[in-house]
Amino acid sequence: MFKTIRGRLITIVIILAAGLGYLFTNGIKLGLDLQGGMHLALEVDDPEGTYTAEARADHIERAERIIRTRIDEFGVEEPLIQTVGSERLIIELPGIRDEDRAKELIQRNAFLEFKLVRPTSEVQSALPRIDRAIVAALGADSIRGMGQAAEAPSQGLEELLFQGEDTAQVPDSARAADSAAASETPAPGEEAQADSARQETPETELRPFTGLLNQGDGEGIYLVAEEDVEAAQHFLSLQEVRRALPRDIALQWGAEPVGMGARTYYRLYVLEDEAFLTGDMLENAQANRDPQYNQAIVNFELNRRGGRRFAEFTGAHVGDFLAIVLDGEVMSAPVIRDRIGASGQIELGNSPLEEARDLALVLRAGALTAPLRIMEERTVGPSLGQDSVDKGILAGVVGLVLVVGVMLVYYRMAGLLALGALTVYVVLVLGGLAALNATLTVPGIAGLILSVGMAVDANVLIFERIREELIAERATRTAVDEGFSHALSAIVDANLTTLITALILFQFGTGPVRGFAVTLSIGIVASFFSALFVTRTLFLLYLSGKKTTDPISI
Amino acid sequence: MRIFSEAQYSFIEKRKAAYVFSGLVLLVAIGAMVANAVLIGSWQNYGVDFTGGTLIQVHFDVPVTAGEIREVLGGTEAPPITRFGEENEFTIRAPISEDRGVEAVREEIRAQLESEFGAGNLDVLRAELVSAKVGGELQQKAAFAIVFSFFLTLIYLAIRFELRFGIAAIIATVHDILITLGFLALFRVEIALPTVAAILTIVGYSLNDTIVVFDRVRENLGRKGGRKEDPMALVNRSINETLPRTVLTSGTTLAVLFSLLFLGGAVIRDFTMVLILGVIIGTYSSIFVASPALLEIQQRWGTGESKDRKKRRRRGAAIPT
Repeated sequence: MFKTIRGRLITIVIILAAGLGYLFTNGIKLGLDLQGGMHLALEVDDPEGTYTAEARADHIERAERIIRTRIDEFGVEEPLIQTVGSERLIIELPGIRDEDRAKELIQRNAFLEFKLVRPTSEVQSALPRIDRAIVAALGADSIRGMGQAAEAPSQGLEELLFQGEDTAQVPDSARAADSAAASETPAPGEEAQADSARQETPETELRPFTGLLNQGDGEGIYLVAEEDVEAAQHFLSLQEVRRALPRDIALQWGAEPVGMGARTYYRLYVLEDEAFLTGDMLENAQANRDPQYNQAIVNFELNRRGGRRFAEFTGAHVGDFLAIVLDGEVMSAPVIRDRIGASGQIELGNSPLEEARDLALVLRAGALTAPLRIMEERTVGPSLGQDSVDKGILAGVVGLVLVVGVMLVYYRMAGLLALGALTVYVVLVLGGLAALNATLTVPGIAGLILSVGMAVDANVLIFERIREELIAERATRTAVDEGFSHALSAIVDANLTTLITALILFQFGTGPVRGFAVTLSIGIVASFFSALFVTRTLFLLYLSGKKTTDPISI
Repeated sequence: MRIFSEAQYSFIEKRKAAYVFSGLVLLVAIGAMVANAVLIGSWQNYGVDFTGGTLIQVHFDVPVTAGEIREVLGGTEAPPITRFGEENEFTIRAPISEDRGVEAVREEIRAQLESEFGAGNLDVLRAELVSAKVGGELQQKAAFAIVFSFFLTLIYLAIRFELRFGIAAIIATVHDILITLGFLALFRVEIALPTVAAILTIVGYSLNDTIVVFDRVRENLGRKGGRKEDPMALVNRSINETLPRTVLTSGTTLAVLFSLLFLGGAVIRDFTMVLILGVIIGTYSSIFVASPALLEIQQRWGTGESKDRKKRRRRGAAIPT
């Protein structure tokens, strides 16, 4: 088939048709730098190194599946989600507009738990132990430095517990001075005051944690003023405090702030440590608007096993409170009025319905098994991308026209043959990109244009060689044959070494560099074919009408 | 039309001058990198891709200068601000903040800029965040990719040619890379991911050029009487014979690159500039570095043949295998 000119032409036509076919059916995918979008690299968030490498790889593998489901439901066209190495997840969302929302969707753990609320009396006896543990862990002086609330010999809590509705006002006045003292740059006068107070409080009477707690607005709830939340969270994160808590009890924060009078508080719930049910038994979740309170809610349904357990548990705990915990935050803690079947709802307060939709989506897709951390993030606006494409195409066309012009002026008829070969080359490269589903990036365009240079070089090598043979006064046909065969070794060696470099780039490069390597590799293969097969065929066609001694235009 | 078709320039005779020239340029190149190491703490002006950090590219619809932006973003405390190609387009490089997302940094900068220049008059075109860990990995990967590609190329050339051809080609390529890196250091061009691609392309191009010349040397050696010809004359003849191709290919490649430089837009401008420099140096080095290196290697260490054959060669016998 390759022996006759006709066979060669048919081969070229078939390959051209395949290239054009791929080009028009698949199209060429544009990289994020060209069409805009978001690129993320995520890893398991594990600064303390608590996971083993295998565990991290396992979490990433699960995350890949879950995030893929989430993104598919969210509806992004042609997302790329893949693991790189074993511990990193790459996500590319072309054309995405709302980056924050997409990120929230991807990063959210969506770990849903149902826990029983326990009365505050169950931690009451542990509170002095917790305070002592904090003082022991942080040192009495640093506690004194935190302000008076911590030191006030616990006149606070006991009285507060009996003050009922007035809770909000009393701590107000007691605390006005505290918050000032707690801030980092107290006025000199206040500091002196705080100093004197400090010396009076014996170490055993310091109440760093208990001092922050106010009586709650329901069973199993303490209220912590907004400005104290950070300190309280810090205390609760201490190893020593966790050990001081009763074994089966967990203290967890409410998601929404509560306003009381002029002040804002966060709820701290006393919960059973172990969840009796988690989100993995969820079957469906839908966002809705609760008409009664006009708030966004997510209705969920449990699978059969989950439903049975839910029904059993709630049946046994009628009158108790049930906390719905999402990613460690208590969304709500309603009272169990009756045995509940296989469905329930999560209240989102006055958040927009969109947020409820996203939450329903991530709940359906399932929870991440470990929190993820963003290692790399790139967002490109669409205007920048379009601009780059336009300019890249213009520059490419101008460059090609220049090259073709030089070839035509310098090699005349042979230059025209080279132009034919280069046209085949361009179709092959573009078709190859489409067939391999490769992404065209800005460096990719540069790689493309550069490989045009290589394709031209191959033709130049051949033509120069033919000229040399003609100068040596060989017959035309012999000169052409010799020209091709002598140029072959240089073309092979030059292309193969470049291919080696391109493949290494592909192996070790990321993102745009990879795009460059792909176009360069495809370009080299196409230039090989175009110079050695297409140019040759066209030459044979050109020579077919001539006698062996007729001059040729080169 | 024909150029340099019967060229008979004495390239090899002028190699001493080329050594001096290359030596001086290399001295400047290495000097620039050392100066950078002393002045800015690293050999090169590494971008966020390598150091980690956040980068934000902003386009203004109103005339704005870098100085004005610097004023708004905190005067002397402001992060580095560079004009990016077009008028009224700038990149702002904020140091890494692991605890805040790039959106937070972007919105903060946007808010500050909008309060000064008016909302709607600016557009954040691009925002990037790279953690220090990812950046560090990239530096390693890039260096490894270059060394590894050298290694494979050397093996390939040793098999297809002879070991000394491979070594000479690598010497020429290292020469080109050092000069390119020196140029980048001298002008403190920001090293980003595409810059690495550009450097690797130079490796490819330089090798390509060198191989074409070496291919001709190989061919001439293989001809009848080739081994008896004076090696210098043979190499010089090979360079001259490939000269038309060298000039034409470099010329067309440069034509494409210049059209990219002037028309291709700001995103790939640095990239293109590095490539142009690389093509020029690569062409120069295949003639004035790689070929002389091939001769020097053979004169110093020969190719492992016995001493009396070496003596014969000094009298101008041949390049032995």
